Amino acid sequence: MTGPGVRKIERQRDVGSSEAPQQPWKSGASAPRRGTPLHAGFSPGGPQGLKAFASPIHNAALEGPLFHGTFRVAIRLLEAGLMLALFASLALAQVSFERLVNSAKEPQNWMTYSGDYSGKRFSGLDQVNITNARTLVAKWVYQTGATGKLETTPLVVDGIMYATGQDDRAFALDARTGRPVWMYQRQIPSDIRPCCGRVNRGLAILGDKVFLGTLDAHVVALDSKTGNVVWDVVAADYRTGHSFTVAPLAVKGLVVIGISGGEYGVRGFIDAYDAATGERKWRFYTVPGRGEPGHESWEGDSWKVGGAPAWNTGTYDPLTNQIFWPTGNPAPSNRGEGRAGDNLYSNSLLALNADTGKMNWYFQFTKHDEHDWDATQVPVILDTPIESGGKHLIAQANRNGFFYVLDRTTGKLISANEYGKTTWSDTKDADGRPVANKDASPTLEGHTVCPGALGTTNFMAPTYDPQAALFYVTARDQCDIFSTAPQPYEAGHAYYGSAYFPSEEARPYRGFLKAIDPATGQVKWKFEHTSPTWSGVLSTAGGLVFSGDAEGNFIAFDAASGKPLWHFQMGGAVYAAPMAFAVDGKEYLAIAAGSAVYAFALP
Amino acid sequence: MFRRWCVGFVGLVLMGVAGQPAIGQNPLAGDAKAAKAGEYEFRINCALCHGLGARGGGRGPDLTRAVKKHTHSDAEMFQVISNGIPGTAMPANGTNGQGVGMTDEEIWQIITYIRSQEVKAPAQAAGNAARGKDLFYGDGNCSLCHMVEGKGGRLGPELTSVGGSRTREAIIESVRDPSRRLAWGLTESTKEFPQEYLSVTAVTGDGKQIKGVTLNEDSFSVQIMDMGEQIHLLEKSKLLSFQKSRESAMPKYGADILSDKDLGDIVAYLISVGAK
Repeated sequence: MTGPGVRKIERQRDVGSSEAPQQPWKSGASAPRRGTPLHAGFSPGGPQGLKAFASPIHNAALEGPLFHGTFRVAIRLLEAGLMLALFASLALAQVSFERLVNSAKEPQNWMTYSGDYSGKRFSGLDQVNITNARTLVAKWVYQTGATGKLETTPLVVDGIMYATGQDDRAFALDARTGRPVWMYQRQIPSDIRPCCGRVNRGLAILGDKVFLGTLDAHVVALDSKTGNVVWDVVAADYRTGHSFTVAPLAVKGLVVIGISGGEYGVRGFIDAYDAATGERKWRFYTVPGRGEPGHESWEGDSWKVGGAPAWNTGTYDPLTNQIFWPTGNPAPSNRGEGRAGDNLYSNSLLALNADTGKMNWYFQFTKHDEHDWDATQVPVILDTPIESGGKHLIAQANRNGFFYVLDRTTGKLISANEYGKTTWSDTKDADGRPVANKDASPTLEGHTVCPGALGTTNFMAPTYDPQAALFYVTARDQCDIFSTAPQPYEAGHAYYGSAYFPSEEARPYRGFLKAIDPATGQVKWKFEHTSPTWSGVLSTAGGLVFSGDAEGNFIAFDAASGKPLWHFQMGGAVYAAPMAFAVDGKEYLAIAAGSAVYAFALP
Repeated sequence: MFRRWCVGFVGLVLMGVAGQPAIGQNPLAGDAKAAKAGEYEFRINCALCHGLGARGGGRGPDLTRAVKKHTHSDAEMFQVISNGIPGTAMPANGTNGQGVGMTDEEIWQIITYIRSQEVKAPAQAAGNAARGKDLFYGDGNCSLCHMVEGKGGRLGPELTSVGGSRTREAIIESVRDPSRRLAWGLTESTKEFPQEYLSVTAVTGDGKQIKGVTLNEDSFSVQIMDMGEQIHLLEKSKLLSFQKSRESAMPKYGADILSDKDLGDIVAYLISVGAK
């Protein structure tokens, strides 16, 4: 990106701008229940709101007949109370597609994996801000009681938190206290094949259901009030290496979800299920079959086990009805021999029609990848101001070490800039896309390449702060020795084709939180962690950026300077991304660490 | 655990992988093709710690040694690979968070490969362990900072098991050039990288200088053992200065200070202790 036209990325139109509706969560607002348009007449305070409408039933049923003696009146009261209660519960519990589209109007809620459809992971709440962040305190801790990593981003809707844990647990908590409302524990077969831990990154919510992708490759709808299973459908056979770890994305009446299994030579796909019934409405295979465009980018039958999984949550643009979903590595992940060609649509960003799953465009970040550089990082939707061209952009900090900005209407590359230590590309093609050096391939004796197989970043969610106009991402500088280890494909067996391990010469591995200016691709500031972290990042209207570290700290940074303002030691490494919500006018920050979910607020 | 392994093994036999071996035997023993497959599985699953060629890395022991500390039979090796070794860095199959678990067949392939790489007799004379012990606690000054079997100093890594978990070459290198690869210290179960024996110099708010090694550290606090083995628990924000160095606190022992023969005897001592 060179011209001045895109120097400043426009602030999100509906967040933090003058067009935004009254936001009672802004600091200084004394009555948080003074309502957003969506909640006119109702309390957005969740439990309290429900209580207000529950009382007429109580009065009618008990006091009516006993104390007034007139059954007709009582019945009318009862009917009225029931209807009101029903209406209230519908309005409060139902998460409509419209609410998801307009999520910025209710910043007290966090209703999708990234907080909104654009993937910004930005909270409009500013009660906690740069002047008071140092006084944050822990409010509650919820222990899952299981070992293994937590990668979940909780959702919060009207005072109830919905999150997932190890081994496909799901739970709903009172978001003010952390007390469980319901719990769900899936019975997983003993021979599942998750590549990287028995993890799950979260739920989607729509209507009165939450949706879970499971390690045995099912999609499950749970009743959001009870956790009861409403429907449960099989997406693929887990015994051949298919699994779900991703948080689904609910769009219109569909539950969109991408498969994992790039380590097992699955043929990747993105599915959409009817949220009401579980019926599959469309499937997009990320590796084209015979006769389809892109099929020629695979040698022989390699496409059948070509990988290109879709294991991280995409984003959605309501204006063009397009889903942007990123894909992962071709299989085998570290050996290009036997799959000559670009290997479409591995390591790509796909623009799909939300209704049909038909592809509008694709952009492949790393062609014919041999280093496991999945391009599955959240693609973040950004817009430039009208006066500077009104460009509709989408940005991704890629695992291969480059920060890409694309035109999201056409999929055309606008800029690609290095944001971490890379050695694999010294040149760019005519489109400006970094091209792999000839000597970057793995060798039998082992060859050091940066970034390593874990990438400059990975699944950890980034954030874009429209107020600071900066993109924040967790990054690591680590190089790996890539060594070939040919393996035949065998269904359900690991299929890497190579070994990689950290290069001792490149120690110490360094980990950072980096602030990137999307207009220039330059790193504006960076904070170096003690060691690399797997934590995602959140930005808020309070001028803050939140992230966690491998040593167990949850940290608040000044979004403008990267200066740490506050931290709390949670006692377990962070593999999850933070989020923010509000209940009863109080802003909370939440993040999973160790085996627990933590919530923080001002005292 | 043994029962589970037996079931797995019986399953393998039923699948016709091998003929009728007794329980506990490697169905692929001596199979050259299996050893080759095992070599690649080894690279993917084991080489990170045990090195390419199984000759030991910075972390795991040399597996080409015929005598191993934790395993003797193939069956024991199968159990160790499947279940890990508590109290060591050796994880159970499929639990290291990255990568995928191996099937029983793949584990047998790896064992077959390791057996094919074993060196039956040490290439060099082992050195005089008894003399090495005297040097360790005496003129070599090793025990000023290192403890073996409960005796010695605390500033450097405890070395009772080092002879069993590091190659002879790795131990020699870390004496001749301690800074080239710093030792790994405290391992936290949920953290990816362990603390290292970094050298630190901290100056406290009242101007007191503390020199030593880090026991642990995060972005906001540091736990230091100073040269006098005193532990200091410090908040970084209250320090006037804090500097870390990857130059080891251990001096370089060149051949002019410690002859090859003396060093060989010390290593022989460490290996004899580590094999216990």
